[in-house]
Amino acid sequence: MAQEPAKTSGPPAHAGWRWALIGLAVAGVAAAFGYVGGWLAPHRLTPSRLVDTLQASGGEHPGFRRNHAKGVCVAGRFESNGALARYSAATLFAAGATTSVVGRLAIPGGNPYAPDSSVPIRSFALRFDLPDGEQWRTGMNAMPLFPVSTPQAFYEMQLATRPDPATGKPDPARAKAFFTSHPETAAFLGWIKKAKPSASYATETYRSINAFYLRDAGGQRHAVRWMVVPEQPPEGDGGPAAGDTDYLAADLSKRLAAGPLRWHLQMVLAAPGDPVDDATRAWPDGRQMVDAGTLVIDGTQPQADGPCRDVNYDPTILPRGIEVSGDPLLAARSAAYADSYLRRTSEEAHVPGTARPGEDKR
Amino acid sequence: MSRFATFHPFARVLHWLMALMILTMLFVGAGMVSTVETKHDWLLAIHKPLGVTIFVLALIRLGFRLTHRPPPLPADMPAWQKLAAHGSHWLLYALMISLPLVGWGMLSAGNYPVTLGGGLLLPPILPADPVLFAWLREAHRYLAWLFFLTFLLHMGAALMHGLIRRDGVLQSMTGTREPD
Repeated sequence: MAQEPAKTSGPPAHAGWRWALIGLAVAGVAAAFGYVGGWLAPHRLTPSRLVDTLQASGGEHPGFRRNHAKGVCVAGRFESNGALARYSAATLFAAGATTSVVGRLAIPGGNPYAPDSSVPIRSFALRFDLPDGEQWRTGMNAMPLFPVSTPQAFYEMQLATRPDPATGKPDPARAKAFFTSHPETAAFLGWIKKAKPSASYATETYRSINAFYLRDAGGQRHAVRWMVVPEQPPEGDGGPAAGDTDYLAADLSKRLAAGPLRWHLQMVLAAPGDPVDDATRAWPDGRQMVDAGTLVIDGTQPQADGPCRDVNYDPTILPRGIEVSGDPLLAARSAAYADSYLRRTSEEAHVPGTARPGEDKR
Repeated sequence: MSRFATFHPFARVLHWLMALMILTMLFVGAGMVSTVETKHDWLLAIHKPLGVTIFVLALIRLGFRLTHRPPPLPADMPAWQKLAAHGSHWLLYALMISLPLVGWGMLSAGNYPVTLGGGLLLPPILPADPVLFAWLREAHRYLAWLFFLTFLLHMGAALMHGLIRRDGVLQSMTGTREPD
């Protein structure tokens, strides 16, 4: 039982092989780590590569989001009517519950100085702050479906449609080759050909596009997509004055000065067989809809110092009672938004190696 | 009969359990920030509760370590190796405790809800502040790198003790007996 003094009796037999074994073990673990972390897998589509392509299209605008860079903060509340409580256990859907909301209205693209008429799409992001500390974040777009169904196809679409450095415009041949080889884009292309930039954020219907699951108190899940439908009637023909490139924020302020704006949160329930993992395929009309309550927006602030500036509207941040679906775009959005968020906050923090806000390269 | 003094069985169980958890954690962390596939979501869902578990176990382990003397290192070990052994052990303890705290603080500063799954929610430990978030997020990355490199050094040294020096240091943690 007594402990003998440890002794080393010269070099062991086959010392060379023993050292090699140790080296192999250490190198093997390091290589596995390098592969998992992507450093030894240069062809993997990483969040960083995805955001790099967005940045290449939008230009370098330190401190701004890498997509949907131009926008304004809004604030308000969600007033639940209780109709959704039987489908989701999330406390914000209880009858009479009021949840405060920090939102952001924006236009797609990485250029924070783009004219409002440059794209026919507007987006609405919301963060619901539940009293128990839970949050629901959602980023919605005023379009019926998404052009592609996978992150890889999204990345290839960015490459195919980004401005050619020589001409400053996308190369039509490259874009055509992409869209021809991706027939799932046809429905979106058909829609966007006819879409016109709206003169107001307030009159748009914004959609989750990606599907999610609601989980009810009994544990049953229900596949849904949601949208916020405006109470404000659509505009007539009186669009913005020619040459006005920033009319959306001005229109919003003007409307809010006259009173709050309202949208209804409509949950669209999938029928059996509806795709829940493919954002390029809209569900047929006539699906059961549940009006969950009213989103009331009563204030706006510029994004430079508004409360939405430092919010990453990651659509996978969900309260109990709402869950992600198998839609592969959701994880990609979460991963890419986190990368974009780190880039812009690092620029705010002056982390060495990052550009300073204000040093824009258009 | 063991030829060498070994660590207390509780310390050995904690060591190997945490070794598995920490290595898993480092790979999960490196993997989740380098993929846009759906595994990003489930890796993130593992990362947070696993980090909290490691943090709690690390505190228990530190308490046990401070109240129980480990077996001494062999007397004939060169002084620099002893220094490296002690230094790396305390560095590993510091990282086991600081990395989860930096992660928790970083999510707090980013104003993210710190969800652990199953409806469990941790309170924020820092105020929401994007500048603080960025610094903590970078610290989380570089501390994790330091953790991985220290782990490699630790594993290499343990194998060196077991295969080259054969001085019982590795066996003090594996608890295996020497053949007569």
